[in-house]
Amino acid sequence: MLSVGNPVSYNHGSSTGNPPYPTDDPALGTTIMAVVYDGGVVMGADSRTSAGSYIANRAADKITLVHDSIFVCRSGSAADTQALTDYLKLYLGMHSLDLEEAPSVQTAAHLINQLLYSNKNHLMAGMIVAGWDKRNGPSVFNIPLGGGVIPELYSIGGSGSSYIYGYVDANFKKNMTKEEAQTFVKNAVSLAIARDGSSGGLIRTVTISADGVERELVLGDKLPKIGFGQ
Amino acid sequence: TGYDLFATTFSPDGRVFQVEYATKAVENSGTAIGLRVKDGVVLGVEKLILSKMLVEGSNRRIHTIDKHAGLVFAGLSADARQLVNRSRDEASNYRTTYGSDVPAQVLANRVASFTHAHTLYWSLRPFGASVLMGVYDADGPQLYCVEPSGSCYNYFGCAVGKGKQAAKVEIEKLDLANMTARQAVVEVAKIIYSVHDEVKDKAFELELSWVCDESNRRHQLVPKDLLQEAEKQAKEALQEDMDDE
Repeated sequence: MLSVGNPVSYNHGSSTGNPPYPTDDPALGTTIMAVVYDGGVVMGADSRTSAGSYIANRAADKITLVHDSIFVCRSGSAADTQALTDYLKLYLGMHSLDLEEAPSVQTAAHLINQLLYSNKNHLMAGMIVAGWDKRNGPSVFNIPLGGGVIPELYSIGGSGSSYIYGYVDANFKKNMTKEEAQTFVKNAVSLAIARDGSSGGLIRTVTISADGVERELVLGDKLPKIGFGQ
Repeated sequence: TGYDLFATTFSPDGRVFQVEYATKAVENSGTAIGLRVKDGVVLGVEKLILSKMLVEGSNRRIHTIDKHAGLVFAGLSADARQLVNRSRDEASNYRTTYGSDVPAQVLANRVASFTHAHTLYWSLRPFGASVLMGVYDADGPQLYCVEPSGSCYNYFGCAVGKGKQAAKVEIEKLDLANMTARQAVVEVAKIIYSVHDEVKDKAFELELSWVCDESNRRHQLVPKDLLQEAEKQAKEALQEDMDDE
C-alpha cells in the first residue's frame, strides 16, 4: 500500500466557525539585512510574505524607498510596516522642504522610531533603516520591535536572521568593496532562506552610495550555493 | 486713525498699525547686537539699569535655547520670555523627533511663524520684542533676526533697539568675514559703548555671549576675563573718541 504521506486538509467551513480561507495576518517572516561598505550600503532581503502557511506573495519587495537615498527593510506585520513607511515617506518629504536638502539617514531612523515607540502596543514591526547622506556618508540603523535606534555597521533582522548570526559575525569586514559587500549579503540571505521556513523566494538587494541607487535581483533558482558541502 | 485698533485691520495704504506700534516698543529698549563671523556668532546687549536696587546679573537679556543656539532680545521682556520658551520647545521637539540639532533656518522659521501667528487675530496682540538668534549648526554659524511682524532674515550683522541706526553704521564698517569670535566680542562691546546715550540713560550693564569654535560650538556667556578685557577696550576707544573731539 503506497503511503501518500500527510494529506493536505482543507477547511470546508466547519462547525467550529473557521472560514475557509487563511485568517492569519500577512506577516513578513523574513530575512533582512543591511551592510556598510566603503562608500555606501548594501541592503538585502528575501521575498516571502506569508499568511500562516499560505504564501501570499512569493516575490515581495521588502526594501522600501522613503527618500532618494534612504531605504527601509521591513519585517513583522506587512500592514504595519507598510503604514509606517508610508508615513515616513510623507514626513521625510515635508522635512526636506524645510531643510532645503535631503534629510540624513539618522533623521529618518529617529522619525520612524518616534512613530513605532509611541504606538508600540499596536504594532509589530522590526525595521532596518539604511542609506547614504552627504554629511555622514553611509549609515545603517536597526529599529527593533519595541523601538530604539541602534547605529551599526551591519545589521540583520527578521525570523531568518537567527540562523545567520554566526555567519555574518564571522565574515563581516570593515571597508569592503561594493562587490564584496553584495556577495556577503546574498550569501547570508541565501543561508537564512535555506533554514527558515518563513523566508524564501528570491533575494533582492539595493546598493546606495553617492553615485545613486542600484537594485539587483537573484532569482530563486540562482541562489548562491554555499555550504551544504558545495 | 480707526485703522489701528486691531491687528486684523489694514490701513488704506496697506499697513498694519498694531504691528508697527509693536515695533515701537522694541525701539524704546536697550540696543541688542548680533555679529556672525568666521568661526561663530557673538550676541551683545546694552542692559539699561532702572534701579540701583537690582542685583547685578539679573534681568537676563541673553538666553540659551539649545546647546548650539542662543538668543538676545530687545523690547518688552515679558513678551520676549514667551518667544524664548517657544524657541526652547521647538528646539527640544526637533531633537526628539529628528534626533539631531535643530538647523538655524528651521528654528528661525518656527519662531517667525509663531510670532506672525500673533498678528492674525483681533483677540491677541503682537509680541513687542525683536529677537536675534545665533545658531551654530552643521552648516556653520548663522544669525537670524525675527521681528514683531514675523519677518525673519539671515544676517551677517544686525542691531535692534534704541541705538540700532548708529550701531548698524558701525557694523557696516567691520570686516566680519575675516574676524574671529574673540575679536568680535571686543567689537560688539565697543559698538554698544559708543551708541549708549550717556545723557538720557545713565547706567547700563553689558551682557555678551557667543557660540563659536572656541566655545566648542556651545552657546554660553562670554568668559569673565574676556568680558572685562572687552569692556576695558571699549571704554578706552570711547575715551579716544572723546579726546579726538
